Amino acid sequence: MKLKTTLLTSVALTLAAGAVNAEGKLNIYNWTDYTSPEVIEKFEKETGIDVTLDTYDTNETLLAKLQAGATGYDIIVPTSNFVPIFISEGLVQEFDAAELPNFKHVAERWREVDWDPGRKYSVPFTWGSASIAYRPDLLGKTIDSYADFFEPPEAAQGRISVFKSPEEIVNQAHLYLGSPFCSEDPGEMQKVQDLLMAQKPYVLVYSSEGMNDRLLNGDVIISDHWNGYAFKGRELAEEQGKELVYAYPKEGVIGWADNLMIPASAENLENAKTFMNFMMDPENMALQSNFTGYGGPIAGQAEFMDASMRDAPEINAPDDAKVVFSFACSAKAQSLIDRVWTNVLR
Amino acid sequence: MTAQDDIVPAAALPGTKVRRAFGEVPGLKTLAFCFLAFLYLPIGVLVAYSFNEGNIVMVWTGFSTDWYAQALADADIRKAAMNSLIVAVSATAISTTCATLAALALARGGAFRGKVALLGLISLPLMVPEIVTAVATLVFFSSIGLRLGLGNVIIAHTTFCIPFAFMPIRARLEGMDTTLEQASRDLYASDWETFRLVTLPLLMPGVLAGAMLAFVISMDDFIITLMVAGAGDTTLPVYIYSMIRQGITPEVNAVSSILLLFSIAMVTAYWFTTRQKPGRNIH
Amino acid sequence: MANLPENATLRRSLALGPAVLIVGAFMLVPVAIMGVYSFLEAKSFGGVTWSFSGDAYVQLFYERLLDDSLRLSSGYLIIIARSFFLALVATVSCLIVGFPVAWFIARRPLGQRNMWILLITIPFWTNQLVRTFAWIIILGRNGVIEAPFRWAGLLGEGETLGLMYSDFAIAVGLTYTFIPLMVLPIYASLEKLDFSLVEAGADLYSSRWETFSRIVIPLSKPGIVAGCLLVFIPSLGAFIQPDLLGGGKKLMLGTLVQFQFSTARNWPFGSAIAMILLAFVIAFLMLYARAARGAKAMEMRR
Repeated sequence: MKLKTTLLTSVALTLAAGAVNAEGKLNIYNWTDYTSPEVIEKFEKETGIDVTLDTYDTNETLLAKLQAGATGYDIIVPTSNFVPIFISEGLVQEFDAAELPNFKHVAERWREVDWDPGRKYSVPFTWGSASIAYRPDLLGKTIDSYADFFEPPEAAQGRISVFKSPEEIVNQAHLYLGSPFCSEDPGEMQKVQDLLMAQKPYVLVYSSEGMNDRLLNGDVIISDHWNGYAFKGRELAEEQGKELVYAYPKEGVIGWADNLMIPASAENLENAKTFMNFMMDPENMALQSNFTGYGGPIAGQAEFMDASMRDAPEINAPDDAKVVFSFACSAKAQSLIDRVWTNVLR
Repeated sequence: MTAQDDIVPAAALPGTKVRRAFGEVPGLKTLAFCFLAFLYLPIGVLVAYSFNEGNIVMVWTGFSTDWYAQALADADIRKAAMNSLIVAVSATAISTTCATLAALALARGGAFRGKVALLGLISLPLMVPEIVTAVATLVFFSSIGLRLGLGNVIIAHTTFCIPFAFMPIRARLEGMDTTLEQASRDLYASDWETFRLVTLPLLMPGVLAGAMLAFVISMDDFIITLMVAGAGDTTLPVYIYSMIRQGITPEVNAVSSILLLFSIAMVTAYWFTTRQKPGRNIH
Repeated sequence: MANLPENATLRRSLALGPAVLIVGAFMLVPVAIMGVYSFLEAKSFGGVTWSFSGDAYVQLFYERLLDDSLRLSSGYLIIIARSFFLALVATVSCLIVGFPVAWFIARRPLGQRNMWILLITIPFWTNQLVRTFAWIIILGRNGVIEAPFRWAGLLGEGETLGLMYSDFAIAVGLTYTFIPLMVLPIYASLEKLDFSLVEAGADLYSSRWETFSRIVIPLSKPGIVAGCLLVFIPSLGAFIQPDLLGGGKKLMLGTLVQFQFSTARNWPFGSAIAMILLAFVIAFLMLYARAARGAKAMEMRR
């Protein structure tokens, strides 16, 4: 009985908390494990604003949720290819990023970007790339092309792991075939489909989770991977005397950049801007990078970052590496991608 | 355990043929313990890997208790776990109560028009794919402007828990003898007394089974919660499922182990308090 | 039972009220919204535009080739059939394992039964994803099962039993996930069985099988039916086990619907699949209800 009372009280308290005046609060909606607790603590201490952090799993979830009318968030963190969608769907608020004092710290390449011309709706956040990682010790060679991924050598046949996400995998096929992202040409898409179908017999698993686990226990020899996650995998592999390498194939890697944006329904506009400004401080962004293992867009943040990260090849792409940023496809291109994907996994 | 609790095997009664009682199928006990092993093997692995030193779940690198320290210090994960418990306990209590009442009405209320339709309605949450329920519920909630914070999540959970609580209770009631209840009424017990002292105890195994299912289903729900939850309402499954980009760490195993320990402690406590008073059960 | 007192109808309505109101308001209404959505046009980035379209249903049966022409196609139906088959496997294996266990628990002394019920549910208070990862550790390369083989020298370096990423792994995962949904309802109905009746039957009928099929099965049928429904319907939408344990090489109904609401951003099509699924399940339940009623009537006449 006592337990019940306690619970009812806590329910009541939670309900009441939701109704309290929104003054002095900030509700951040970000990817899980993607917000440095140190950063939040520091922010709360410096500004006196009370931060609530919630998490989601994919851009699609974030989009579907806001479209279905979810409210209460002041900061969201969509990836570059989703930014134009949030803008065109009217889900985010306009503001002037350049007016924020710390915008001056943003590195040149992140100031003017395709997905938000003039930075009217967003400020840059963590960025990274998607490519493939492999075990040179088990493969017996190095990889410099997607050829080994799509048409694997014998050692890797049946030991390939592929993202369970059509956009990345179709884009990788485009890179390998030399066709443009978001192609609307059925002929080109047919080639993409043929390539993926030909690869399928050699694939052990389609999954976007547990890449390091599979690479390290040897289930998989070549795997789709994210750079920051692969960085953690390599450190672990070195401890165990194994090798794990994040490849920069000559055809290019897929770049993504996350952005801080303010939902149209945000109730704490000023606090959201304060947070954006706070994040663009080199020291704070460095804290964030150290926590996630992904690079940041702020010039001068490197000196505050962990030494292991500063020199990590996963985070700092070689100068000759090609990083191609993906973007939102037209409805026609998107429906071609969906059909290819459904056909491959039928 | 008292002597009267024991079912006396038929074979032990004088006058019966010396043959094993029907229920005592040979090997059944072995099977039951194999089954427990099957259930607890993954749990054992889960707990063992919570002491894994490395930051990925599936490859063992060395012993460490760091993840426990981290889990206990992590305010987000603590809050998520607390939210999960609040939602699961509330949804279980409400859905089991509703399901018990509904099952009683359907079983004891005689035949009436629309009975099958009502059965169908109550089972509806079972039949719709989760993601559809999730998006539809969110669309509905936001179109009527329902913003109760965690209350929204509790409502959604209660809804899909109802059939899970209902089914075992209904299975229990079906074909259940009404003689005892009749006898109780004949003895001028009021309806409420009959319900409380006769019907409910008879129904209890079904109610317990239903409540257990509701709790388990609620604790595990991810998709519906992910959609319906508002700011500050992240639950543990939502937290765990969203760790994809970073990889899932043994911290999650540590949290699961802590929750497990907590549940076992609660159950043991309940166990010891209730076994003090035997003979209250009507058999 | 036919002539209930006046206030019995009222009481019945009051008792049914809460469940019906909750499910009606928070389930029936949203499902109706989705039913409407399935006849609308998809907006390019998710959501719907308010103009009528039967496209979603056309898409289920016809394939739009990459060049946009239509062709009759069984593609989606194959996915649906595959999910039904998998759900059937899950239900049958849960029933085979679950019934004897439920029987065993129902035969325990009264004081021990609740403890067994708790023992069976406690593992499921942990998270499904974490449990599934544990199965990967058990079934996987260098895993718990392979370790003794390796130790005995039966498996060399780089060799594997191949338990993971197989249909076997999916079956194990599904059975593990849904087993309490089978055991608990069967237990709830078996527990009220009068075992002396069974004993009498055992004396009366010549064989154990006859006792079992003539007495035990009919008496525990409500529990078996409830258990099968609770396992079958939710496992239709299962995708964690096929994805993580099976390797995710084939789409499942759950993944397909999920995909429409996320990456494909085609809400009407996602809703249409859900509506078709709902129609299938309801048709199946009605057939079952009719059959059950028929069987009862037959019995009465005898």
